[in-house]
Amino acid sequence: MILSTELDVLPIDAKDTEPARATRPIPTALISTLTVGVILGLWGLASAYALVSPVFLPSPRQVVIALYNLVVKGFVDATLAEHVGASLTRIFGALIASIIIGIPAGLAIGTSRVGRGILDPIVEFLRPLPPLAYLPLVIIWVGIGEASKITVIALSMLPSIILSTSAGVRAVSKEHINAARSLGAGKRQVLTEVVLPSAVPSILTGIRIALGAGWTTLVAAELVAATSGIGFMIQSAAQFLVTDIVISGIIVIALIAIFLEYIARLIERRLVPWASHR
Amino acid sequence: MSILTFRNVSLTYPARTGRGGTGDKCVLDGINLQVASDELVAIIGRSGSGKTSLLNLAAGFLTPTSGTITVDGAPVTGPGADRAVVFQDDALYPWLDARDNIAFPLKLKGVPLAERRARADALLARVGLADAGDRRIWELSGGMRQRVGIARALAAEPRFLLLDEPLGALDALTRTRMQDFLLRIKAESGAGAVLITHSIEEALLLGTRVVVLAPNPGRLTAEIEAGFNAEILNGAAVADVKASPIFKRMHAGLTGLIHAGEEELAA
Repeated sequence: MILSTELDVLPIDAKDTEPARATRPIPTALISTLTVGVILGLWGLASAYALVSPVFLPSPRQVVIALYNLVVKGFVDATLAEHVGASLTRIFGALIASIIIGIPAGLAIGTSRVGRGILDPIVEFLRPLPPLAYLPLVIIWVGIGEASKITVIALSMLPSIILSTSAGVRAVSKEHINAARSLGAGKRQVLTEVVLPSAVPSILTGIRIALGAGWTTLVAAELVAATSGIGFMIQSAAQFLVTDIVISGIIVIALIAIFLEYIARLIERRLVPWASHR
Repeated sequence: MSILTFRNVSLTYPARTGRGGTGDKCVLDGINLQVASDELVAIIGRSGSGKTSLLNLAAGFLTPTSGTITVDGAPVTGPGADRAVVFQDDALYPWLDARDNIAFPLKLKGVPLAERRARADALLARVGLADAGDRRIWELSGGMRQRVGIARALAAEPRFLLLDEPLGALDALTRTRMQDFLLRIKAESGAGAVLITHSIEEALLLGTRVVVLAPNPGRLTAEIEAGFNAEILNGAAVADVKASPIFKRMHAGLTGLIHAGEEELAA
């Protein structure tokens, strides 16, 4: 499931064609580290020489202090942990809801013509919509509380879970199904013992994509309507021009997104080690 | 003693309609065949002769256009554990280890976990893979996979084993070893067997009877009794059997029978 646009550089080839070059190519990780270092350095220089007003661009040191204060004292009545906790509760609430709805819906699309007929137009309508487009409607319908945010996040997660489930179901090997039937499996057993397990890798990929989409939606939804959460924290800080908190918040959001992706990949590897051996 | 019977079985795919449509495609025509549980009937034919369709009919994956297929008088209406299939590319489940693959038919029957694991372990030992129970499918060699596939089919306690070129994908050395293995395991199980193959040698070595299927439409054109499998079961080496003059003579005869259909078409 790893997409790579670059081929690994082959040191042996390099040696064959350019015998003069004795050094090994610079590792990509080192290049990335250097890039981050340079960006941080430029940032530090820009603020040290006051090239930009500290209101717009606080120094890295200020941001670190802001982060520290966020952790121990907090901002707008809640510590960083509480804001992050509120956000994570929403996203996992939405994830559970969309899994409960999405997997059966995907199964229905993948296994039944009627199911596909009913659900396909709904999914195709929902999928390209930016979640913020229907957020106002959802707020009118279910109010400004937690329910509206969870609903919007769940709606943004649903299409990828439904589509990956149905794709996984449709990719089941015909021989695997025939084998089960010839070994005595009924229709239901074929579904639970063969179709579902072989769709799991695809479903997990869908969940990973959904988490990414959900996290994006979450922050956006909190910017618009919330009284806690990491997005709300940034929005409040921006209103008071507390730029160091804004930048801290952005960094936290990015780190959590990377962490969620990492955890999802770890779960994939643990749960379906056979996916790469089909 | 169980008997699998094909009575006047034909299989026709309906014509494709519209412009460029073809006429009805007759895949199998008037097949009559009986397989008893003390037999291993080898069905041989070139590709396109409908031998896999014949097996799929026996398995219940396909329904005959006319005629009937019965097991001990009861008509076959769909797939069932009394006719377990072993596939050419094993069709094992990669999300299960070797033991749980073998225990799969028992799980379908609702056998409790501890018992089905124990029975799967016994089957693993029978197919010579006593230590491989925890191995993942992709960690097994082709020959080992087929052993697991055969053990899985046996776990269903079938009356008939339907073998769809189970050794077709194996290398020559493994294949010879597996032929001997297959004969013994089949004899021990007491199940009848239908073996689809395109190897004349394999058909002669393993079959109590060899049936020739000619293409366009698929029909049975010859049937010979082959006694070599009894010799092998009695301890004769496969290599010696293959080297015997009578084996060579029958091999040549069978080759002639298979090609007879071809000349008929050319004429």
